[in-house]
Amino acid sequence: MTLNVAQIRDQFPILKRQVNGQPLVYLDNAATTQKPQAVIDALVDYYTQCNSNVHRGAHYLSDEATKRYEAARKTVAAYINAGRSEEVIWTSGTTEGINLVANGVAQRLKAGDEVLVTEMEHHADLVTWQQACKRSGATLKVVPIHDSGELNVDAFHQLLSDKTAFVAMPHVSNALGTINPIKELTAAAKAKGALVLIDGAQGVAHGAIDVQDIGCDFYAFSGHKLFGPTGIGVLWGRYDVLAEWPVWLVGGEMIATVSYQDATWGELPNRLEAGTPNIAGVIGLAAAITWLQGLNAKDIWAHEQALLKRATELAEQTQGLRIIGTAPNKIGVLSFVIEGIHPADIGFILDKQGVAIRTGDHCAQPLMKRLGVPGTARASFSIYNTMDDVEALFKAINKAQMMLA
Amino acid sequence: MNLPSTDEILDDLAFLDDWEQRYQYIIDLGKALPGLPEEQHKDEYLVRGCQSNVWLISEEKDGKLQFHVDSDAVIVQGLLTLVLAAYHDKTAEQILAFDIDQYFNQLDLENHITPTRGNGLRAIVNKIQTIAKAH
Ligand SMILES: Cc1ncc(COP(=O)(O)O)c(C=O)c1O
Repeated sequence: MTLNVAQIRDQFPILKRQVNGQPLVYLDNAATTQKPQAVIDALVDYYTQCNSNVHRGAHYLSDEATKRYEAARKTVAAYINAGRSEEVIWTSGTTEGINLVANGVAQRLKAGDEVLVTEMEHHADLVTWQQACKRSGATLKVVPIHDSGELNVDAFHQLLSDKTAFVAMPHVSNALGTINPIKELTAAAKAKGALVLIDGAQGVAHGAIDVQDIGCDFYAFSGHKLFGPTGIGVLWGRYDVLAEWPVWLVGGEMIATVSYQDATWGELPNRLEAGTPNIAGVIGLAAAITWLQGLNAKDIWAHEQALLKRATELAEQTQGLRIIGTAPNKIGVLSFVIEGIHPADIGFILDKQGVAIRTGDHCAQPLMKRLGVPGTARASFSIYNTMDDVEALFKAINKAQMMLA
Repeated sequence: MNLPSTDEILDDLAFLDDWEQRYQYIIDLGKALPGLPEEQHKDEYLVRGCQSNVWLISEEKDGKLQFHVDSDAVIVQGLLTLVLAAYHDKTAEQILAFDIDQYFNQLDLENHITPTRGNGLRAIVNKIQTIAKAH
């Protein structure tokens, strides 16, 4: 089977838009994906039919909202193969999920402990650990990458030791597209007794995720990169780890009992979810996942790889263009620089031609420095992109080169 | 520094009606900007809020403010030229009296040149106005 891209495109109303008088060619999917009608409808339906606070009201709508909300937790749990749905904690996004974990880690670390991250980290998975180390006196160790953008696996094993208390790494690099061998690396870290967090922001939208198979302790991701709404994300954690995890935000919903001078915490998942949650976001995310499950994961993968392959061929034929990130195992991300042209200039000229890409440091300033580039231009592909989009990208790049030469 | 005047720029742009010609004009302005020597690319001169690096140095000469700018993106250099045309070699009073919003409207930046947010033009204008106010 192949993906019926025309039919998929039809379900994304925004793709019919024109920008700057040109048909939109949306190649900024690593920043955020567009939303199918099914997700938009779920949000509208929630607000028009069912809006109510969850777990609180003694009335019909509240019951219905709570049912939809808790059903969404099961949908997410099934999608990532969580052992129990209480392991799914709602957050505002990857960033909040990692902060929740880092806050707990910072309380538990002591001088002499080590935290391992990689050179390809997004700021969300770097600044968090760097600050947790500063607060606790632990040492941050950074696993180097090869020039190709692959993780230096030998160095990872060398840096891993009995002192390693925590390991955080991206499933997939947002700036380079590299897919890391997270299962193998997680097993090595667990063998040393470390806890492992996977930053799954870029990992969730390209194929099935199985957190039990990965073997990690935490997996964090954002709904908006998975065809869902912004402002909703998931922190998955192993039940026994989360049940003991230091609470972060405190307030309503997360407590068991409260007196003026003291409080006790509720059970999972509530103990890590203070306040009224993003109910509409939760329902929208579940709609996105249900929609995505209607497609064949292998077909999605094959389609995105075909786009990447064609884009890579055209990139290699483009004078002065250098691909940044040439790992053999990549998602559909093409990061590049062009000799003598600043990435921002490329972005401006592509935008005028209706081609949306991202330029800059991709929230990975130390990585850009490591690679010796001021930033890159990045095209990132998703299920609704076509070979015509790839051709349009390179036509636009050629024009930019002509104008800027 | 040999800069066109704001009137010259507005006249030139009035003749260019498609985005390609307008952009080419901005790019050519950017290429003509003398920029700053590498050793003046210092953090203290960096203007925050820009997608590319922008450096701004100011000094006073005969009661007028002189601005020297640079960027590593040529389109941003061109946009900086548009701004300097309004502000370079003017007194602090002239700078503060200049209606930059009207000028930007006349340039039709939003529609025909480039969004003014990502490129940090606003940040530059604010910085120049702050310098003039402190004067
Ligand atoms: C690898 C990676 N980690 C973390 C994040 C942060 O995600 P969010 O901004 O949705 O919290 C992103 C998003 O750009 C990302 O690509």
